Amino acid sequence: MDSYFSILLTEVYKILFLLVPVLVSVAMIVWLDRRVWAFVQKRRGPNVVGPFGLLQSLADALKYIFKEIIIPASSNKLVFVLAPVVTMTLALISWAVIPFGEDFVLADINVGILYLFAVSSLGVYGIIMGGWASNSKYPFLGAIRSAAQMVSYEVSIGVIIINVLLCVGSLNLSDIVLAQQNLWFIIPLFPMFVIFFISALAETNRPPFDLPEAEAELVAGYQTEYSGMMYAMFWLGEYANILLMCAMGSVLFLGGWLSPIDIFPFNVIPGPFWLIFKILFLFILFALVKATVPRYRYDQLMKLGWKIFLPFSLFYVVLTSSFLLYFDLLPGK
Amino acid sequence: MKISRLLKTIFMIDFVTGLLIAIKETFKPKKTINYPFEKGSLGTRSRGEHALRRYPNGEERCIACKLCEAVCPAQAITIESKERDDGSRKTVRYDIDMLKCIYCGLCEESCPVDAIVQGPNFEFATESREELYYTKEKLLENGDRWENILAANIKADSSHR
Repeated sequence: MDSYFSILLTEVYKILFLLVPVLVSVAMIVWLDRRVWAFVQKRRGPNVVGPFGLLQSLADALKYIFKEIIIPASSNKLVFVLAPVVTMTLALISWAVIPFGEDFVLADINVGILYLFAVSSLGVYGIIMGGWASNSKYPFLGAIRSAAQMVSYEVSIGVIIINVLLCVGSLNLSDIVLAQQNLWFIIPLFPMFVIFFISALAETNRPPFDLPEAEAELVAGYQTEYSGMMYAMFWLGEYANILLMCAMGSVLFLGGWLSPIDIFPFNVIPGPFWLIFKILFLFILFALVKATVPRYRYDQLMKLGWKIFLPFSLFYVVLTSSFLLYFDLLPGK
Repeated sequence: MKISRLLKTIFMIDFVTGLLIAIKETFKPKKTINYPFEKGSLGTRSRGEHALRRYPNGEERCIACKLCEAVCPAQAITIESKERDDGSRKTVRYDIDMLKCIYCGLCEESCPVDAIVQGPNFEFATESREELYYTKEKLLENGDRWENILAANIKADSSHR
């Protein structure tokens, strides 16, 4: 009994050690997003609360906590309450398999990438549940759009991951990072990285693919009926997902915790910092894209996903595998 | 589709150029002011918070003609008047419901003695509705506080009236 509790305590401690930084960085990333957006438009962005406005997100969170939670009378109350919980939980549990360094990972499971993929596919449930349970037009339309969009781009992300796995020979995320010791996969698989980046934008409902919450047409999409802390949870889950996609991109293509060159000033910086730098770099790209690119039309979005990305990434799978086979570079031999 | 156009699409030239422009713009000086700490300039006819003015000898300008009450499109002004001991007509009540007011400036325009004016102050947010039901005392106090700017504004604008 005693040992059981000690194991439980260490696990809880480890999980807290992972989740608290993730939640704090989600808050910071919202600030960064708004700030980058403002800078591109030559505005100042949030700069009043705390140094450089860093505490803006905390102030916003406080506001959300004190706001009233309104549950529509005609909604399906259980599902309505469950939806933000599902979104946020799914966004957070996938962080368990992200390796921050050698042996610095919460759950070093051997099918890590499949787990990530499965959890991010489940993410669409939170949105569908929220949209359906609201029992109102705009959330429902937003949820339908979101489901179609996320499922389509999930497919091309899956095929892109196959490309990476062909070069690694393992589904473990730490192995994927270690396989990039000599050459980051962004160099041989650059087109795949670009497609992954664009699919990640669509997957996380970021502009220019923010059709599920296109405010000009759908008010706020599936979030329309939500208020107070429940809205904030959707919002936290969304940004945690964006951060996760950035982490996935840096693990798959940018060499995770590895330093760019293995020489003196770079290799003394510990691995987790490199991963954080890479995540931040990708996130700033996300934010810049939000600030520059106008929103796609829905049919353009679908066309891009199914008629361009899917065939192209499938073709690239063939290309990669024949290249590896021809030059006898297949891993695990 | 022309070949050059196709190549442009494949290599996402337009997208990359846009991104580079965005990065370049990021480092340019800001076009907005740092609002609560620095403030923009206001024109002489800016229509902000109301004020009731006085003559230099301290006498209220308002003669209770009720033109402003009549012209107010939002019916935000309520006036009651009484004859004073010296025979002049003065207001005993001059209320403006700032929540109804649409800041159109018609009251200021209709006033024959420049008593009710809209000053340059637009930062009068309150924490309760009650504080925005302005009474005569509040309006006179506003007039005393902003008199310098109000007088200068009216003088600057006089040639256009």
